[in-house]
Parts: sequence; C-alpha cells; structure tokens
Amino acid sequence: MTQSLLEIDKLSVTFQLPTGPVTAVKDVSFTIAEGETMALVGESGSGKSVTSTAAMRLLPELAKTTGAIRFNGENLLEVTPKRMRRVRGNDISMIFQEPMTSLNPLHRIGKQIGEVLIRHKQLKGQANRQRVLELLNQVGIPEPERRIDSYPYELSGGQRQRVMIAMALACEPRLLIADEPTTALDVTVQAQILDLLKSLQAEYGMAILFITHDLSIVRHFADHVAVMRYGEVVETGRTREVFDNPRHDYTRMLLDAIPRGRKEPAPADAPVLMSGRDIKVRFALKKRLFGKSEYFEAVRGIDLSIRRGETLGIVGESGSGKSTLGRALLRLLKSEGDIRFEESDISGLDKSSMRPLRSRLQVVFQDPFGSLSPRMTVGDIISEGLKVHHPELNRRQREAEVIAALEEVALDPAMRNRYPHEFSGGQRQRIAIARALILKPELLLLDEPTSALDRSVQVRVIDLLRDLQKKYGLTYLFISHDLSVVRALSDDVMVMKEGRVIEHGSVESIFSNPREPYTQALLKAAFLESEVAA
Amino acid sequence: MTSDSKPYSGDQRDGAPLPAGGPNPPRAPEPEAAAAPVGESLAKDAWRRLTQNRAAMASLGLLIAIIVVCVAGPWLLPWGLAEVDWNAFGTGPTLEGAHYLGTDANGRDLLTRVLYGGRVSLSVALVASFVSLVIGVLYGAISGYLGGRVDNLMMRFVDIMYSLPFMFLVILLMVVFGRNIFLIYAAIGAVEWLDMARIVRGQTLALKRREFIEAAHALGVRDTKIVTRHLIPNAIGPVIIYVTLTVPKVILLESFLSFLGLGVQEPLTSWGVLISEGVDMMESAPWMLLVPSFFLAATLFCLNFLGDGLRDALDPRTR
Repeated sequence: MTQSLLEIDKLSVTFQLPTGPVTAVKDVSFTIAEGETMALVGESGSGKSVTSTAAMRLLPELAKTTGAIRFNGENLLEVTPKRMRRVRGNDISMIFQEPMTSLNPLHRIGKQIGEVLIRHKQLKGQANRQRVLELLNQVGIPEPERRIDSYPYELSGGQRQRVMIAMALACEPRLLIADEPTTALDVTVQAQILDLLKSLQAEYGMAILFITHDLSIVRHFADHVAVMRYGEVVETGRTREVFDNPRHDYTRMLLDAIPRGRKEPAPADAPVLMSGRDIKVRFALKKRLFGKSEYFEAVRGIDLSIRRGETLGIVGESGSGKSTLGRALLRLLKSEGDIRFEESDISGLDKSSMRPLRSRLQVVFQDPFGSLSPRMTVGDIISEGLKVHHPELNRRQREAEVIAALEEVALDPAMRNRYPHEFSGGQRQRIAIARALILKPELLLLDEPTSALDRSVQVRVIDLLRDLQKKYGLTYLFISHDLSVVRALSDDVMVMKEGRVIEHGSVESIFSNPREPYTQALLKAAFLESEVAA
Repeated sequence: MTSDSKPYSGDQRDGAPLPAGGPNPPRAPEPEAAAAPVGESLAKDAWRRLTQNRAAMASLGLLIAIIVVCVAGPWLLPWGLAEVDWNAFGTGPTLEGAHYLGTDANGRDLLTRVLYGGRVSLSVALVASFVSLVIGVLYGAISGYLGGRVDNLMMRFVDIMYSLPFMFLVILLMVVFGRNIFLIYAAIGAVEWLDMARIVRGQTLALKRREFIEAAHALGVRDTKIVTRHLIPNAIGPVIIYVTLTVPKVILLESFLSFLGLGVQEPLTSWGVLISEGVDMMESAPWMLLVPSFFLAATLFCLNFLGDGLRDALDPRTR
C-alpha cells in the first residue's frame, strides 16, 4: 500500500450560528495516497466544500473543528498559523469554481502567479518571470510571452481557469484541492481542463482532492471516491467498485438520477404554433451620437418552426446566442426578421398589442434565486400575471387559482404566504413554473430551467415538465447546454454556435449520427455514454 | 409523476444550507412566516418584524416623545419665545421663575426656545427628507429603468443642478420671493433629492437586469407597475440608510443658512442656531450648548436606530 499523504480522521465541523449550532460535517474520515485522485461527491449542502476548506484551515472563525487532519503525519488542526501559511500554496494548493472572480482584475496575470513564487520560493526578478512563463506554457496558454502581461479580463473563462491552475502549481504542491473547477465552464472546455489536470498530475506526481457534484467526471477522472450526504460520508471506495456495485441507497439514487426516456412525438399533423424567419439580434457595443455605432451580432439569421405539442431543444455553449434567440422569439428583445405565432406576424407588435399574447407565451428562467422577487410572497409572485390578464378576478378567486397552480407543481399551497428565500432551488423552480402555468400558456420558453439544480432534483423537475406537457398539450422551447436533459425532453434539436444554427434535426439523428464536427465534440465532451450503461 | 409520488416531500431538502446530519434531516427551516395570517402584505409583515426590534421601537418611542414635546410644550410653559425675564440673564437651570433649563444671555427661557427651535429643525428635516425621498426615488427609478437617451437626459439635468452653487440658489430665491421660512424648505428640498436620485438609479440599473424583472416583462406587467412593485421595493435598503443620513445633513444645512443670516430670523430660532450661540457661551454658560445639543443628538441617534430597524424589517430575508 502506498503512503497516505492526507488523512482526515473523524473530522467534524460545527458552525456556531446565532440560531444555534449547525453541524456541517460529521465524523468524516478518508485518506488520500501520494499521487492519487480522490473525488468527494455530493449534492449541494452535503458538506464537501466545508471538508476541503477545513483541510486548508480557511473556515471562518465561528466554525468549530474537531478530529484530525494529518498531512504527511502532521496534524494541520494544531499547527501555528505561521506554519499553516507555509503549508498553503507550498504543499497544498487550491483551485476554485469561479474563474471569473478568483483572479484580481487589477493585476496582470504574470504578477499574480509570480507572487506565489516570491512568497514561498523567494524567486524574484528574471528567474521569477522565467518560471511563470514555463508554468503558463505547461497549462497550455497560447503565446505565454504575450499573455504574461495580460489582465484577467482579456482571457476567456477556460484560460482563466488555466491561470488559476498555473498559480496552484507554482510551488509544485503535493496535494491539489480542486473545488468544482470545471462547473462554470462549457463542456468542451471542461474536458480540456480535466485532461490538463490529468497530465499535470502525471508530471508532478501530486495527489488531487477533487470536489464535484458531477458523477460522470468522477467516473472518468478519480481513483477513489467518497460520497457525502448531510455532512457524512455514506460510501467510500475505488471508483470502479462504487460505480459498478453501489452499496448505499443514496449512492444508488445519485447514480440513478439521470434524465431518462424520450418524449412521445407530437402528432404529425399538428399545426405550426410558432415560426421565425431570418431572425437577427444585435447589441450596441458603442453608441455614438454622430458617426457609426458598433454592434455585436448575437443571433445571425435563424429560421425555425415549432408545431403544437412539440419540444424544440436549443443546444449550445455560453455565448452561442441561444438565450438571446429565445428572448427574441418572445419579443423580450428587439430583433429583425419575421416571428409568427399562429399564422399572425408578431414581430411588429408594440408593447400594448403584445400584452394579450403574453399569457399564451410564458417563460421559466435558469436562476431559481434571481427569477423571483425577494420582497414578494410566493402567492403574490404567482398571481401577478392574473392581475394583468384577468383583472376581473377578485382576491378570493385569485387565491384559489394560486392554490391550484401550487398543487399542480407539487408544492404545499400553505406555503403561498412565504417569501422565496425560504425555499430550496428546486422548490423555487417549481414556483417559477407555477407562475408561468397559471396563465394557461400554449408555448413555454424554458431557459436552462434545470442547470442550477442538483442532479436528483433535476430529474424530478424534468418529470414534472414532461407530465405538464402531456396534460396540457404544451409546446416547449427548451434551451440548455446539458445534452442529456435535452435528449430526454425534445423532439427536435438545434445546435447553435456563434449565433448560427450549425445542425438541426430530430433527437435521434443528432445524438446517434451527428454530422458536424462541433456537434460530435459536444457529444463526446458530455460523457454521454454513461447513460447507455444505465 | 414518477419520483414525486409523495405529494409535498418533493425536493424539500436540496440546497438547504448546511443541513444537520442524520438519516432523517430536518426540513428546510420553517420560520414564523408559516404561522403568518393569510394574505399578509409586505408592509404589515415589516411592521411585525419592526416591533420585535427593541432598539428600533425604543427609538421610535423617544422620537415621537421629542416631536410631541416640541409641538405641545411651548403652550404649557409660562414663557414665550421672545419674552425676556429681567430678573434672569444667563442663569443656569433653576426652578425659580420656572427656567427649568436656564436662560440665555438675553434672559429668554432656554427650554422654550429649544422647543420652538425643535419645531423649525424637525419640520425642515421632515419636509426636506420627504421631498428628497419622493422626488429622488421616483426620478432615479424612472431614469434607470427607461435607460438609454432618457436616462442620459435626466441624469445630465441632475448634473446641472449639482453644479449650481447652493448659496447662489438660496440668495436668488431670497431676492425673488423675499425672506420666508418656506424658502429654506424649497431650497434644501431642491438640492437634497439629487443624491437620492443617483443612488436609486444605480440600484435600478443593477436590478433591471435581474431575471425577476424579465419575468415581469414576460407576464405583460406594465412599466409603471414594474417600477413600483418590483424595482422600488428591492432598492429600499440603501434608500432608508440614505434618508437617515439626510436628516442630520438637512438640520445642519439649515443652521448654516441661519448663521449666514439667510435662514430663520430672530426671534425665531432652530437647534442649529441655538447650538452655534451656545458654542460662544460655552465657558460661562455650558447649558446653553448642552441642552440643544442633547435634543439634536437624541433625535439623530433615534433616527439611526430606527433606520437600521426599518431596513431589516423591510427585507424578508432577515429575521
């Protein structure tokens, strides 16, 4: 057996909150051997990030930690703060989820990486710059001589994450803690970053503690896995064994939480509900009073049509223009080109003539935390549309409608007097669906409705959407970057890139026989084979 | 429904912050809102939360007491505003002759003058803050919400107002309308709403990109309703903080004007004027400084606590 590098022994973390103590991590024990990859898996609130933060001793003051975290035999919970500063960055380093915010926007990236070297290796001047260039080269930043003097805003998300990795690797740590390092990235970039981490691991021989909620990454990336729930490790073992033969119910549930099934196709003679021809959307980058303004074309001429009862999936990475297209179709954004809804052209309608149509065209957004006003009760939020479109209803009738809508999305109607912050992500998404449904819409724009949710919650929301579609004959415009969800819900799929449709076809043809290289790359990066096994 | 077979158990737990361990973890915390009566509005809800905040309620009580005393007090006291007691020039607090808080150098009863001064200071503060609140919030919210060219024009107007020298404005008003206490209200009100408009506009710009505003558009909610129902309630936190900062600013501004001879005229007075007179007599008659200062300080202190309490009460997330 190899020497264990990090040993976490009966670690418990309790937060002393004003409302009373909350135990976030309870009796967690696991070990990581030199050079191996350990994945810590769990849904939000499972305590996985708290565990890793405890290992760096970066928890806030009000956290009480018991147990032991032994790094190379030394209990990190007992060492002095000064010693701990030497360990951080030098022996153990960390990369975070958000590449957009974890770099200081005011300093050049070369300086930010170099700072670590000054601190831990006393490497200054030319030698410092030399090493930074070497690191940038290693993490695959093109033209490192030029990029070393770039500011973070000049880099893409994937490149920033590479810079973060370069920073973490600067002192050749023996343990790298990666806290959801790929969650905020597009799937193709995600695959590149994972490859990079793997090759660097081989080169430096470091161990990786990989924290994620994404089981398909774990399957491809980790040697060992520990599954966490409510602050406890429910199952731990070799990745292959845990995946092939899960012992705990929760692990089984997680592995099972994959969107399954296909949508029943809409009747072939269903009429076209909405169609668009040559839709273009552009945003002004610089507006000048005189002279030419500069524009960015987000959507560059798209044709589409959706029949009643059908689901059109729109797939693409960030910046592909898929959300912009959806908003343009609902006339939430200005656009050029024809948009027809039930044969009538709606592209020229102004606000007030659009209003009667609004109840038939509804939308559910991605962010369950941002799409509900924090200062309105759930009942007020859901009934707002009724006040606009059915002003004849009195208060009691509205209340009855709200209750019915909440029951429809499987929420307790008694909750209607509460505020959104008291609900979990999945519940909020149900509230957003109820707000749209209460108006009895015909077309529902679903803009990444499941992306911010945990897998097991996702599956339930997808089931709900599917049931509602069947019950009311709804037509969905489903926007997502998550291919497995799109496959489970759509009839047709449109793949978008840089504002254009690059491939369009039925679900079967796109997923089993993609023509475009870009579509093929997307499918490959999404590790979709995991569903085939299930 | 396949996995949602149990009706309301749904996804109760997902995303709940740091649930306590155990195989049957508690549901998402169920705060007092569960017991709240049906159809409670934000205002009622906020009032209930405010009453639970002891510091805010004590401040509210004291503030009301100060206002009542300032309004009713002068009628109950034996001395008038400009009445001179020839037997008491600059005497300290005494029961003799009913000068409970002493007299000033001219033999006028200090308590009476402080209460009359309070009427002026408090009413200036109230009117100017109210004006700045109403105009500033509406102007800022409309400007930020409409955006583009309208926003540009509206904010340039604010810039022009900023660049007008305040003293010049006041003197101009005096020349046109003559001396009048209402001119002070008008002049201060005309200047104070500018900051508020900028603050609210900034808030609005950030808020209008949020998805709940977009959802309101998708529901077909009218612009006026979006501003009043969605934007303004969500911008209220910084607004309240700013109002509590405006009140002392206005009181001091008024005393500055009076000091220059542009504000209230003798024998009428205000807290600011009394304090500046008190400073001159600090060594020989300290009560002349201490009494009006105490009233001013107590008022500002209460306003700060009350503002804090209001901000918390209006945010359903705090409890």
